[in-house]
Amino acid sequence: MITAFDLAIVGTGPAGMAAAITASELGLSVAVLDEQPEPGGQIYRGVERLAISRAKHLEWLGPDYAAGLDLARAFRKSKIEYFDAAQVWQIEPVENGRLFYKRNGVTGILNAKKFLIAPGAMERPMPVPGWTLPGVMTCGAAQTLMKANGLAPEGKFVLAGCGPLLLLLAAQLLRAGVRPAAILETEVHRWAALPRLPGFLAAPGYLGKGLALLREIQSGGVPYHKGVTHLAIKGDTQAREIEFACSGVTHSEPVDLVLLHQGVVPNGNLAWSMRLAHEWDDAQRAFRPVLDAQGRSSNPAVLVAGDASGIIGAKGAQAMGQVVACAAAIDIGRISKQEVNERAIAAHAELAKHRGARPFLDTLYRPAQQWIAPRDDNTLVCRCEEVRAGEIRRLVLEQQCPGPNQMKSFVRCGMGPCQGRLCGLTTVELIAECRGVLVQDVGYYRIRSPIKPITVGDLAALDVPLRSDAVNP
Amino acid sequence: MANVDYDAIIIGGGLVGTAVAYGLARRGKKPVVLDEGDIAYRASRGNFGLVWVQSKGFGVPEYQRWTRRSSADWAAFSAELQKETGIYSGHERSGGVTICLSDDELERRATRMAQLQREAGDFGFEYEMLDHAALKKLITAIGPDVVGASHTKYDGHANPLYTLRALHAALLKHGGTYVPHARVEAIQAARNHFTITVGDVTYEAPRLVLGAGLGNNALGKLVGLNVPVQPSRGQIIVTERVAPVLPMPTLMIRQTVEGTLMIGESREEAGFDDTTSPEILHTLAERAAKTFPFLRHTCIVRTWAALRVMAPDGLPIYEQSAQYPGAFVCTCHSGVTLAAAHALHYAGYVIDGAIPPELARFSTKRFDHVQAVTSQH
Amino acid sequence: MFKPLPHSTDASVPVVVNGAAVSVPAGSTAAAAMLLGGAGHTRSSALSGEPRAPYCMMGACFECLMEIDGEANQQGCMVIVREGMRIDRQMGKREVRE
Repeated sequence: MITAFDLAIVGTGPAGMAAAITASELGLSVAVLDEQPEPGGQIYRGVERLAISRAKHLEWLGPDYAAGLDLARAFRKSKIEYFDAAQVWQIEPVENGRLFYKRNGVTGILNAKKFLIAPGAMERPMPVPGWTLPGVMTCGAAQTLMKANGLAPEGKFVLAGCGPLLLLLAAQLLRAGVRPAAILETEVHRWAALPRLPGFLAAPGYLGKGLALLREIQSGGVPYHKGVTHLAIKGDTQAREIEFACSGVTHSEPVDLVLLHQGVVPNGNLAWSMRLAHEWDDAQRAFRPVLDAQGRSSNPAVLVAGDASGIIGAKGAQAMGQVVACAAAIDIGRISKQEVNERAIAAHAELAKHRGARPFLDTLYRPAQQWIAPRDDNTLVCRCEEVRAGEIRRLVLEQQCPGPNQMKSFVRCGMGPCQGRLCGLTTVELIAECRGVLVQDVGYYRIRSPIKPITVGDLAALDVPLRSDAVNP
Repeated sequence: MANVDYDAIIIGGGLVGTAVAYGLARRGKKPVVLDEGDIAYRASRGNFGLVWVQSKGFGVPEYQRWTRRSSADWAAFSAELQKETGIYSGHERSGGVTICLSDDELERRATRMAQLQREAGDFGFEYEMLDHAALKKLITAIGPDVVGASHTKYDGHANPLYTLRALHAALLKHGGTYVPHARVEAIQAARNHFTITVGDVTYEAPRLVLGAGLGNNALGKLVGLNVPVQPSRGQIIVTERVAPVLPMPTLMIRQTVEGTLMIGESREEAGFDDTTSPEILHTLAERAAKTFPFLRHTCIVRTWAALRVMAPDGLPIYEQSAQYPGAFVCTCHSGVTLAAAHALHYAGYVIDGAIPPELARFSTKRFDHVQAVTSQH
Repeated sequence: MFKPLPHSTDASVPVVVNGAAVSVPAGSTAAAAMLLGGAGHTRSSALSGEPRAPYCMMGACFECLMEIDGEANQQGCMVIVREGMRIDRQMGKREVRE
């Protein structure tokens, strides 16, 4: 017996939680699934636990993080069915389609009229020489360790790259008494961003928070190198040394740990696996699903909310979750457009404010070409299958390899366990650069289910009918 | 734009088209391959990778012989590609088994194998039927549900993707030309003279080879060839890398040279829908887990569906146009198994301008009747 | 590489990391336990054998594949520790044990 819902929501970050609360208030029967054991997504990861046993950590992580607690509490109170620690590995993208998940080691299936996916963001891959060495992680990883596990870096560590998350992490660690050895900030485009400042100023609190972070870092006495144009991490079996260049001078410092960051991009594998139409967002240098203003995708059964729709930040994602849940309720026929009008308009206005801040941030922190298409041919692009930048370049330039899927066939990039999450954007940027075309025209990998790991045994135990007529040796 | 003179235009840059093109190039000819873009119905990218003999050609000994010939040629073909390009195709002629999970299956299998042997006549066909104990000696990983298997020494496997990459590299090395993003919509045909314009470039050659898989149906009509191929969907599961455990491929499960395990061999009519279905994958997984219980714990990395290129009778189609001599079609659903034959032999037929009598069984004449029947509907 | 922050009243969970007893805060992931246990590398590549360690900590990169309670190739950053959990490096490909 498969349980049927009006709406299945994937993700319990700000977008997923807000969507769940709104949808349940509008009278939809809602299933919510998330792979983590507690609500919050990556941004509010562990917030409920911190409130209980690590109040000081909550303070260090700051009020924007602590704000997730109210949302998580409202989410817990809402009338929904919450499947925690449930990994969604496939969705049939049709109305009244099936959603397949794995939870507590068992595969499950549920039905929904529509699917609202809010899988959030992930950090943009930042392939620099040595980025696969133990002792190299992302800034987000260090922040997750602080939130979910109460751990902080030890020894001599540096933050390298650029973006709001890098600065936020530096400040959070300083508050906890943990001092980075240096910040190596890659090029930031202040002048280009300036014309986009009004939208940023119109969004409440953004400027004040940004300036406060910079002040905290400054008064923390962290050496802050700006305009870094080259990074390489060296070591035999472990990161030992970081080489960096700024203002034409190359420096080298011993390190125990390097934390990289080059902004965040939509976490796209679920959307790609459902073959939703995507478009290239050149301002954010990432693909995003093609959506209408209410989050409806190219597939009538699927809506998308939050950073997975294009990066909008936690507050924007929360507002968008409300917007998209309203659209889902109307489409399912649970409520009329007029009835949700007031609620939808308010959420839309809130979303617009946060969206307005993005052009400034996107321009300010736009990654330079060398961070997304590594110059050094020896740099690993596909970490799983160990494919180097030079190999990809050669296949395009010398063998006219037409695109990422043929590339995948030829050199196996994107064929490993991470399913292209850590090499997809780099591969398409490299192909576009070599062919001299837009990334939009290069396209992306075909992403295949299961998008979360299941075993052959899980599939063998799946509760669906056998089709022996089609499998008959 | 200036015309370049080519000896042959090949439409299709998959395993079939590229194998023929490479075959022409290694004979000193100048082929140009016109291919679609990155996303297309590419059977070559969805292939299972068997170089397989033991289920080919029931009732059609010509097919059995052609397959056996290609299977025998594969070792030299693979060595040649590796020498030319440094890319190992992953080919191994290790022998292969078709595993049976019930007495009934085993009995049917034995009947089929006897039929193949009977039909092989003086060409010969050696095989053995193995019971559980005998098979266990060959492949220790089999589970208790396995009843037995048929085994031949002719079977083997290769990595279709490395093979395709090697063919592309070898083609270019021998002076061939590869043009992607060049979907062919029109062909100007005359006897031994073909002109195709894509964008602002015109290609001319005395020979034309249709190696475009499912696209051959429409392309054939442009040059007077009846190529009634239809899609047959196959679904495949591939796992994470596992330390070597299978010494030889089975019809449904093989371990690749990288260590991943592929589980496949479903067949269904699904039109041009190349999505997977949970029911079929479940069925494949259930059978795979019974065959090799260790697979229960093995993680799946990917599943996919691809469209086989099937003639109504499942046989390859080899023909030269009567209306426009010089135009050939080369199509089959076993692009890996027959890659060696296509590169080493079929390319020669294209140059000679004649397909030899032993391949007459694969002529489009066999569809004259089919078409007549269809047109009555 | 990592140390516990002060001011935590999280209970401790004893686990075994690469054969050595380690206490980690309740709610931690197996990957965090490895980092806390000072493992350095947590797997070796199934291709080249080069050492690797957790990279993203959010389930995306699959660098934290490890052996958990004898089960190979588990995503360490997605598994919450339980008392007595055995967490070992994943060395190369999964081995089939019959």
